Amino acid sequence: MSIVDHPALNATRDGIIDELKAAGYDQDKVKIQFQSAQGNMATAGQIARKFIGDKPDAIVAISTPAAQSVVAATKTIPVVFTTVTDPVAAKLVSSWQPSGTNVTGVSDSVAIGPQVDLILKVKPDAKRVGMVYSPGEVNSTVVVKELKDELTKRGMTLVEAPAPRTVDVTPAAKNLVGKVDVIYTNTDNNVISTYESLVNVANQAKIPLIAGDNSVVKRGAAAALGMSYYDLGRQTGKIVIRLLEGEQPGTIAPEVGNKLSLSVNPAAAEKQGVTLSADLIQSAQEVIK
Amino acid sequence: MSLISLMGALEIGLIFALVALGVLISFRLLNFPDLTADGSFPLGGAVAAVMIVSGYNPWLACGMAALAGAGAGCLTAWLHVRLGILQLLASILVMIALYSINLRIMGAPNLALIGLPSVFTPFISQVEDNAWLIQPILLLFVVLFAKLALDAFLTSEMGLALRATGANPRMARAQGIATSRLTVIGMALSNALIALAGAFYVQTQGGADISMGIGTIVVGLAAVIIGETLLPARSLYLITLATLLGALLYRLMISLALNADFIGLQAQDLNLITAVLVTLALILPKLKQKLKSKQGKQPS
Repeated sequence: MSIVDHPALNATRDGIIDELKAAGYDQDKVKIQFQSAQGNMATAGQIARKFIGDKPDAIVAISTPAAQSVVAATKTIPVVFTTVTDPVAAKLVSSWQPSGTNVTGVSDSVAIGPQVDLILKVKPDAKRVGMVYSPGEVNSTVVVKELKDELTKRGMTLVEAPAPRTVDVTPAAKNLVGKVDVIYTNTDNNVISTYESLVNVANQAKIPLIAGDNSVVKRGAAAALGMSYYDLGRQTGKIVIRLLEGEQPGTIAPEVGNKLSLSVNPAAAEKQGVTLSADLIQSAQEVIK
Repeated sequence: MSLISLMGALEIGLIFALVALGVLISFRLLNFPDLTADGSFPLGGAVAAVMIVSGYNPWLACGMAALAGAGAGCLTAWLHVRLGILQLLASILVMIALYSINLRIMGAPNLALIGLPSVFTPFISQVEDNAWLIQPILLLFVVLFAKLALDAFLTSEMGLALRATGANPRMARAQGIATSRLTVIGMALSNALIALAGAFYVQTQGGADISMGIGTIVVGLAAVIIGETLLPARSLYLITLATLLGALLYRLMISLALNADFIGLQAQDLNLITAVLVTLALILPKLKQKLKSKQGKQPS
């Protein structure tokens, strides 16, 4: 089940289904049922109850609130969470060790160090990093906190630009002009859904855009080091298969998504006033022409 | 549809029955179009979640949540009656302000309650799954109590004055009723119920999330209107009962929509199916009437 239809979340779902198919669990061997709450939390709770009532071999919960409502409602049916940034803070599991309960899963948290390394590779003299994000998204507030700490360690500063709604993204970005050397964006749903408006501001003001989500590079970001949500789904699928083959969820330790990929867009970088080094372009898994 | 699925629909229906009773007070009785609900529902959830995380008694947390909701309702009413801001606009202002306030209260966009005590904990087994049965039963008592208390209030002298304020403010003022004061009281009561629903909601869902308020008002309104359509009533006791039934029915329809996959519908069709089912519920009584009058006209 998923909280909302959204490209990253849907890519995760497709990854899970493909992994199951690759292992021989196709339509006639397992029955896969998918429901999305279409953004409504109360419906998410109801979907959780429906699935529990159907007594499946495993429930995969995509996103934090979806996972919470399933975990709160069952102590017996195996639950696999995925695209949850911090499952310990979300109280899905008590630690990163095997939980001993009916819950395990995969986190999509990304180490922040490599992100800052990428910022410096694109703009070596960057001192001030701006970040547009929605204060209502856990995945973003966690990144803001970590990024702030990491930047302070390296003698750099973070300039925050909160944008609670999609229409707030342009004004928030404009507010950063003159105050920052680069703008960093994470997997924030609001920002991702209206990335073009951010690109407009960045191109006009010649500020490079660095992202933690690969999907936005072809939409105009200079470079991104992101989790492939499809691969995250494949990784989640592997856990589901282990459950289907008889392992208990309580004996499987929660994992962190292990595949990062670099995407670059040299043309967009030029528009934003920087030239990407040949090294960087060569090391990228994806180069947008 | 499995039994657990059905009980899940009832559980969320009962929680939203409290929302529907709140919406009944503002929209129907006070004639005050109030969108505060989208903010006061998560406000109640946030207050309750923070208090439970800090170790307070869950019932006390529910009480404080209701108080916070009452405060939000007072604020909306005050913006309207004292500062003269249009009702709809006043409620939108409070609703968007509450988004930031709720973030402040929770300290993060998501606050987990899994494993912490809730009002349901003393009745729930810690080893096997029986929450699906216990939670709706306990909520049924809470909701019935709320309905009876509300009935008692609305038939009291103050309650009658409140209804007069909504029905005909001019006449009410002429009768010496302090309409401004009653608007404030009514809005406080309405949002207290909605916030209380939020408090119960976070305890059944394993945590509070900043996005949980989205669409609260729509569900509340739908419940009130479905209730009115299916059980048209003039007596207050029946009106509140109809509202409760409307909330339950709305959730049962979503449950039906969730179980509609056998006719080739998919996850992304959920909202559409729900809308179609609700529309059917709304026009059903009219269709029945039409059918009856046609039969009556047929020559015997």
